[in-house]
Amino acid sequence: MNLNIKYFGQIAEITNQNEESIEFSGLIVSELLDVLYSKYSDLKNKDFQVAQNQELVLGDKEITGSEIALLPPFSGG
Amino acid sequence: MNNKKPKNVFKEGAITSEFIGNSIYKHQTKTSIGAHNIFLGQVRADIVDGKTVSVIEYTAYEDMANNKFHEIRESAFEKFDLTCMHIYHSLGKVNAGEICLFVFVSSPRRKIVFEALEYIVEAIKADVPVFGKEIFEDETHQWKQNT
Repeated sequence: MNLNIKYFGQIAEITNQNEESIEFSGLIVSELLDVLYSKYSDLKNKDFQVAQNQELVLGDKEITGSEIALLPPFSGG
Repeated sequence: MNNKKPKNVFKEGAITSEFIGNSIYKHQTKTSIGAHNIFLGQVRADIVDGKTVSVIEYTAYEDMANNKFHEIRESAFEKFDLTCMHIYHSLGKVNAGEICLFVFVSSPRRKIVFEALEYIVEAIKADVPVFGKEIFEDETHQWKQNT
């Protein structure tokens, strides 16, 4: 399936773009992360959470949505 | 107050004292209110390794952030007897000393607004995907971490 991946903050500094489209054939979040780690090896050292359709998800969650975001630690306020 | 669509909480740049003063003024017609409480987040000129933060540039996952602000708002209205509540957060560049977060709660009675304001501000810090880039005077930067 085709996923739209959004990057924010220091994560976007590593990927050098704010979003991209990726063709993904796996099932769960951790498989998608493996794809992204092989593309951007520096991501492995970064602290971030994953949101699917604007809800935070863990690595074993099934990929069902088309909008995925990699979110570094929140620092509002 | 329930089931409203999420509002846009974000404002470009700093939140001015005129805007804050005007918000207070607008509540003079709501005479069931007996107590307001206000939180103002101000950009701090932190010194890190001898360099001073001069600006924070805020970005956000805006759709998710506005949904989170909406959830926080709904849950605060459920928990506390509030008459009204307003939240504004800056996007883009805010200079040290300027205001980047304005939370305004109002209720008939004072005890409620003290509790409600702390609840709302802590939830914003923990749950809303906003990212602060701390830019030093020499244009280098680091990423803000909430503590």
